[in-house]
Amino acid sequence: MKRVFPILAVLTAALLSYALFQALVAAPTEQSMGDVQRIFYYHVPSAWTAFILFFINFFASIAYLIWRNTKADIVALVTAEVGVVFCTVVLVTGPIWARPVWGIWWTWDLRLTLTLVLWLIYVSYLVLRRFSSSGQTPLLAAVLAVFGALDVPLVYFSIWFFRTQHPQPVIGGGGSIDPRMLHILLINWLAFSCFAALVCWSRYRLEALQREVDETLALEALLEPRSSRTGTSQTGRTR
Amino acid sequence: MSYLYAAYIATWIIHVGYLGTLLRRYTRLKREIQEFNRREET
Repeated sequence: MKRVFPILAVLTAALLSYALFQALVAAPTEQSMGDVQRIFYYHVPSAWTAFILFFINFFASIAYLIWRNTKADIVALVTAEVGVVFCTVVLVTGPIWARPVWGIWWTWDLRLTLTLVLWLIYVSYLVLRRFSSSGQTPLLAAVLAVFGALDVPLVYFSIWFFRTQHPQPVIGGGGSIDPRMLHILLINWLAFSCFAALVCWSRYRLEALQREVDETLALEALLEPRSSRTGTSQTGRTR
Repeated sequence: MSYLYAAYIATWIIHVGYLGTLLRRYTRLKREIQEFNRREET
């Protein structure tokens, strides 16, 4: 697997570069908004990727609650962390797009507010995991993630069921899109999904290794006082 | 155009920043493992 990773990383970098070229150069210019509409090729795929990661986090958290599986717990942590990164991109690119188009950076519109709440839920999830030293932390985090994931469909469907400032969805909703724009949007989504998968993979390996090291160090700390009491040397202890 | 470039640059600053934190954590973990191995050898 170690050999596969650099190859996938190079392929993903190439795909991201191609997607960037398509978004900035090849995509047709939108008539009413002009070039600023090209933010769409980063904003929308980032939102979709974040939603997918939060859904994986939801299922991994349920798996942890049922089976108390460590791998499911790591998957939940990793997808929440990378999901927050993508959600941050959405919350940053959205206002940059809104300023020239709506004339304002932010409005307390339902879609925007729910997206901010979603981001805050997962940031609090990560804060809980980072600073709680209780043995129940993974369990509490899993419960929080299950409730937090309920916000994802609310964010997605808010523009379907309520009148909001945010435009209608371009796929399956009231909006329409040029087929070339749709093609480039999907290329960008594929590129960002591959990137997210690679980052999750690296983060998973890092977390698994970190836990292994922590367990070994904890075991060493537990064994040390006993060896010093009995007078046996550190190298002479059984592991 | 400046808004467009600002959005794209901000996106990559966020991603590269996160990758940077991963790299820092990895380096710290690697150092921890090396220290542990050195302790085990002595």
